[in-house]
Amino acid sequence: MGSDLKILVIDEDPVRAAILKDGLSDAGHVRVEWITDTANLLVRIAALDPDVVLIDLENPNRDVLEQMFQVSRAVKRPIAMFVDQSDSAMITASVDAGVSAYIVDGLKKERIKSILDMTISRFNAFSRLQRELDDAKSQLQERKVIDRAKGILMRQKGISEDEAYALLRRNAMNQKKKIAEIAASVVTAADLLS
Amino acid sequence: MAKTESASNITTVRAGFIPLVDCAVLVVAREKGFAEAHGIDLQLFKEVSWANIRDRVNVGQFDVAHMLAGMPIAANMGIGHIKVPMIAPMALGAGGNAITLSYGLYEALAQSGLDLLAPLASGDALRAVIERRRVQGLEPLTFGMVFPFSNHNYQLRYWMAAAGIDPDFDVRLVVIPPPFMVQSLQAGQIDGFCVGEPWNTLAAKKGVGKVLLSGSSVWPDGPEKVLGMQESWAQNNPDVLAALLRALDQAARWADDHAHHAELAGILARAEYLDVPERHIALALEGDLRFCTAASCDHALWLYAQMVRWGQTLLLPSGEQAACCTYRPDLLADALGKNHVQPQIPNVRPLDGVVFDPADVAGYIAAESIKCRNFEQKK
Repeated sequence: MGSDLKILVIDEDPVRAAILKDGLSDAGHVRVEWITDTANLLVRIAALDPDVVLIDLENPNRDVLEQMFQVSRAVKRPIAMFVDQSDSAMITASVDAGVSAYIVDGLKKERIKSILDMTISRFNAFSRLQRELDDAKSQLQERKVIDRAKGILMRQKGISEDEAYALLRRNAMNQKKKIAEIAASVVTAADLLS
Repeated sequence: MAKTESASNITTVRAGFIPLVDCAVLVVAREKGFAEAHGIDLQLFKEVSWANIRDRVNVGQFDVAHMLAGMPIAANMGIGHIKVPMIAPMALGAGGNAITLSYGLYEALAQSGLDLLAPLASGDALRAVIERRRVQGLEPLTFGMVFPFSNHNYQLRYWMAAAGIDPDFDVRLVVIPPPFMVQSLQAGQIDGFCVGEPWNTLAAKKGVGKVLLSGSSVWPDGPEKVLGMQESWAQNNPDVLAALLRALDQAARWADDHAHHAELAGILARAEYLDVPERHIALALEGDLRFCTAASCDHALWLYAQMVRWGQTLLLPSGEQAACCTYRPDLLADALGKNHVQPQIPNVRPLDGVVFDPADVAGYIAAESIKCRNFEQKK
């Protein structure tokens, strides 16, 4: 299933590139190249001569690829955007996911669709993963702040840990704020007054 | 803060921009309160590529954007990408580009003894270097520009062709994102480039290259960047567009006032905008860059003629029509009403001596001796 296609992935993020390569090889695409350093990009792409180029939207070198739309001596085979007028849903999905695909002109659309679908879903999965990681980091941060606030209250008011937590929670409910926000203000106040 | 109280009177407009000095009109409209005064919460999004700007406008993530003058024209004709009806009611700036050479290449040109400040003479000097290199069997010189539909691409080609250099055969032209231009020159990957400010100033200040010519010295005056948007957005939001155009017109006038340049440099230098030292931006503002300028049908046809000349598209009556309809100064004039002052456009004699008649694009291209080599077949 399309394993003869040569696919070039241009992505500076090694984790995302690995996730994508993994998905491509699961789908039977073994001829996958990966470029991180984009110096002399056009020359290197010409040398690799890929059928499909996948690039993340955070990469300024996307504009370098745009030059390949032009029929010029610089490229052996003109490249086209996969999507055409009828694929506006596909364009929106790929822009939302943060990836763009460039395809050698003349390649059958059906052969590319599964690659693009998979790329979009892997990019979305990566974003989800990153969001979860950010959430986990901020949760850890919140827990640290709450622990410090509890310690301050226990020391200053001579109360137990459970009582300190209950106090934070009651204040949060009364003020319609998160416990972590109340805890942060306790810590800030203690820092200011110390 | 005031946002919640007057939320019903404030409309959000999302605008994409590329960190170049000529994004100033959008930045000033936001930072100096012109947008807010017209009931607009102008949200600015910094982008890393022109392709992203185009795509995010196409899918509606941006309502409007800072675009290269040729981009909405190309979108309207479906060149290089899908066809999306796009308009540009106003220009965001003119000038500000320059051609910068590596020290090595500049020295080689200087050896000709010609006056390099004169565009035709410097072009002749470049042709002599190119011929010498060909005899020596050296690789062709490589020049950087920023996008296929950029004035930078067309300016380099125009300047070279005026001196008898065929830009498709005698040199290599490559796209390089502006922030990588200076390091590419330093690394010897390119021998020169044409880019907007602040990158020429930066190359000179870092001792990496020498600024040869300003873009406006080789090129008949026209818009460099425009405010582009989907035609459907303009049609669905006529009042918001009119308010936005009024705000941007005031911002352009503010930015053109020399008395404001120090403050403007300070704003643009910030991390969320250009993120380069303020003093370099201040220097760039002393050049030929102007923010208040016109984008007319004639300008669009001139750019279309360049696209045809270099084989990016065919010469067709429908193409001329599409190009002409892309620039909509009438929308700006309507929005400004009696406050509309048509900016003065200096009339520069064409470098190559071929006068452009917007009514005869075919005649113009026929009169140019150097153009896309398979032009005849392309017809």
